[in-house]
Amino acid sequence: MRELMTGNEAIARGAWEAGCHVAAAYPGTPSTEILENVSRYKEIYSEWSTNEKVSLEVVSGASMAGARAMCAMKHVGLNVAADPFFTMSYIGVNGGLVIVDADDPGLFSSQNEQDNRWYALHAKLPMLEPSDSQECLDFMKAAFDISERFDTPVLLRVTTRICHSKSVVETGERMERHIREYTRNPAKNAMLPVFAKAKHYLVEKRLLDLREFNETSPFISYVEGDKEIGVLTSGVGYQHSREALGDRVSYLKLGMTWPLPEKTIRDFASKVKKLWIVEENDAFIEGAVRGMGIACSGKDALPLVDELSPALIAKAILGTKPSSGPDTGIAPPNRPPLLCAGCPHRGLLFAMSKKKDLVVMGDIGCYGLGSMPPLNVGESTICMGAGFSAVVGFQKAQEKAGRSQKVFGILGDSTFFHSGITGLIDAVVNKSRGVFVILDNRITAMTGQQENPGTGRTLMGEETTALDIPRLCAACGVKEDHIHVVDPYNLKACRDAVDVAYAAEETSVIVTTRPCALIKEVQKSRASLHCVVDAEKCVLCSSCLKLGCPAITKQEGRIVIDSVACNGCSLCVQVCPKQAISREGELHE
Amino acid sequence: MNKNGKNVLLVGVGGQGTILASKLLSEGLLALGYDVKMSEIHGMAQRGGSVSTHVRYGARVYSPVMGAGEADVLVAFEKMEALRWLSYLSPEGMLIVNNHEIYPMPVILGMSEYPARLEETLAEAATRMLLIEAADEAAALGNPRVSNVVLLGAVVKCLGLEDPCWAETLRSCVPPHALQVNERAFRKGLSLV
Repeated sequence: MRELMTGNEAIARGAWEAGCHVAAAYPGTPSTEILENVSRYKEIYSEWSTNEKVSLEVVSGASMAGARAMCAMKHVGLNVAADPFFTMSYIGVNGGLVIVDADDPGLFSSQNEQDNRWYALHAKLPMLEPSDSQECLDFMKAAFDISERFDTPVLLRVTTRICHSKSVVETGERMERHIREYTRNPAKNAMLPVFAKAKHYLVEKRLLDLREFNETSPFISYVEGDKEIGVLTSGVGYQHSREALGDRVSYLKLGMTWPLPEKTIRDFASKVKKLWIVEENDAFIEGAVRGMGIACSGKDALPLVDELSPALIAKAILGTKPSSGPDTGIAPPNRPPLLCAGCPHRGLLFAMSKKKDLVVMGDIGCYGLGSMPPLNVGESTICMGAGFSAVVGFQKAQEKAGRSQKVFGILGDSTFFHSGITGLIDAVVNKSRGVFVILDNRITAMTGQQENPGTGRTLMGEETTALDIPRLCAACGVKEDHIHVVDPYNLKACRDAVDVAYAAEETSVIVTTRPCALIKEVQKSRASLHCVVDAEKCVLCSSCLKLGCPAITKQEGRIVIDSVACNGCSLCVQVCPKQAISREGELHE
Repeated sequence: MNKNGKNVLLVGVGGQGTILASKLLSEGLLALGYDVKMSEIHGMAQRGGSVSTHVRYGARVYSPVMGAGEADVLVAFEKMEALRWLSYLSPEGMLIVNNHEIYPMPVILGMSEYPARLEETLAEAATRMLLIEAADEAAALGNPRVSNVVLLGAVVKCLGLEDPCWAETLRSCVPPHALQVNERAFRKGLSLV
């Protein structure tokens, strides 16, 4: 059947058609929809794992047991999962094992722009790079076969443009597979030094075999055009190049970009007068080609930063001036993303914004949006979990320097389970005076409402244990009277908690307890609730606007609250000094 | 640029239904027999940020994205977003603007101003422009949320793609209870061009 699919949908479909049995992931843009789509295929056991490392370990176990297994993660997720990644390269597989990595050139939704193709080189694994949705499906199926044939995990590397672009896909049917026999084999699966050393020799040999395989693999396509210029490319770079250069050049497109097919590349280079390497971000292929002693152009004219585009490629290779459209000379105001109307993060962040003399370590999640005006809460974003661990070091340095500012760390429930809890344990054991805030909204919100260990439901829709964060904090050694559990829709409770924690001499925790305003049940129960402004009483002091709520605007000299967007959280009622705002409607539990 | 088809750029604010409109457009184009690519940036779509979707179609499409000056139709679901993406419009391209304002936070906080007399600025800059009161049209049809499908109807008409197949596309992408009002919204959009 021919249908339009995103790359992520096609990857999920490919896994299903390949007979995959087990799939795991931690959500992260642009990879999140892969597992969401896998979970629709009931033949596959799928789960949201606690973090990326756990997801790779889960599927490593499944592969060892003989099942075809896959995991998916965003680029920075592979940093978290790097430990099992490198050693699984030595161990290899029983059932096929595919690791899908989604990079984010252009940083649409990420904290860095790292190019994860280096991971394939570094861990000595084969890497496939699809260039559209059809290839996402086809390469996923091929990846499982390569994995079993060469006894290796396979890295399937995609980028935001591949994940989130739709193109036409011809789908097939599922090839049902038996889960292979498992036999105890420590020399293969237990990487004690003695076994691991033997394995390293095999890994090097495997790389040579894979290189030979790639030379004649179906992943190579040669498109003949003018021989003056040859373009060696892969992934979306190929699509942009075909668009920009048409038949004015010849193409060598690689689908398997590690290990590189040296003979094929030499042959192509000898057929064309000038060789260009078109790739996004790092000079990964270019460096290798130069290492082969082949002259080429690439990053001397193409950017290392941001996405490629047909216009950039045409300019670099043909010298074509990019087209342009109308220009009014007027720059519109920015439209930054915002915390939603009724977002339960707002109350505590607002209370923190009123406390001067605070340093706030941030983390990855919606609360990162609180670092922008008007709340301006949060001054660092490193990685998942650093919002807690960095507090420990910052606070110790402050104390050594004799500075009085108190250090707070903020992160969400999903991040706490992912890797925040280890930072909290570190804080308690090392007697940190920091304040550790968990904005618990019972869901992984930023990536679009995925279940986490606090939700009480699995990816496959089963009810399960919902972990209790205040009790976990107590078990981590935080003293009961330093654990403050507050309703973030209650501003006074938020302010009190911030004040008490600020003054404390021991590790303190604040946990907020409202679910995300976008959860369907929450939306339903609060649908009729909304706040209204009494224009007679309103003195236009703008106190309510300082909450940064998108439902509240000033229009034609009046404060207006959008009754559809508003969910009646009533923070504005609480900040209004003239009691000009009231709440209407009813809560339907 | 090697151009064998047409480019439509849909821009707006997260939550306005640009993604559904883009999906309907792409599915309809596929049903009409075109090769289609659609690329969206939706990481922040639910958070009120600026959103954009590229839809490209023709006999064979390679890149999923268009460049500046290449949109045959630029449809802005919000007026200021038309200004932000105007450089993507081709010289002969059609600009369709929903006459609707959504204030971003810097404007709400008084840190910057929503551009004044925007319709005039846009009309001067674009060769062809169509201003649509999609919110009013949708409200008149009984559901303010179908303004995205009103705009879609206008896009389809501008591209000269009216065809009975759109009815089936709507049926396959819209939940049954909302089908009728979406069909009326689509027809309304067609009639506005």
